[in-house]
Amino acid sequence: MTPELQERIDNLVNQNKIMVFMKGSKLMPQCGFSNNVVQILNMLAVPYETVDVLADHDIRNGIKEYSSWPTIPQVYVNGQFVGGSDILIELYQKGELQQMVEVALAS
Amino acid sequence: MISPSQVEAMIKAGLPDAQVQVQDLTGGGDHYQVTVISSQFEGKGLVQQHQLVYGAVRQAMSSEAIHALSLKTYTPQTWESSRQAV
Repeated sequence: MTPELQERIDNLVNQNKIMVFMKGSKLMPQCGFSNNVVQILNMLAVPYETVDVLADHDIRNGIKEYSSWPTIPQVYVNGQFVGGSDILIELYQKGELQQMVEVALAS
Repeated sequence: MISPSQVEAMIKAGLPDAQVQVQDLTGGGDHYQVTVISSQFEGKGLVQQHQLVYGAVRQAMSSEAIHALSLKTYTPQTWESSRQAV
């Protein structure tokens, strides 16, 4: 990954408390897994930003390397990689996600 | 396209003590739901646990032979308690 791309992704995950790399947009997710993440965050009614990796080839490839995570979507809270669709669902069901985003948004 | 038993073998090659259940979600051989129980997950967060499994199937994922892998990971201990909860 080029330093420029690394810096672009660093900026995205650090400048947004909750950042989602996904296929499609909040209103029109283009993949069921990306849709899961959007639905969960909408249920929590928290503000979050998204990047459509289908519209940005560099980010689509770079983000997999960035967190050694081979799949999209990817969710970052306070600059930390939290997981993809499976982990988000699990954390939500355990009530841990709500806690994590509350802490992040209050900080 | 990859068979469920190939997926299981790849994961066991990476995590020799693992118990693995593989379900083909679409019948198409590229969307799998996998449950993995391994003592190597102990003391690790979910991201690290999933990364261990992804590491074992990395080649199949990067060649897109597997398009999607839905993962559930347990240690022997968390597996026992999740069964008791049901």
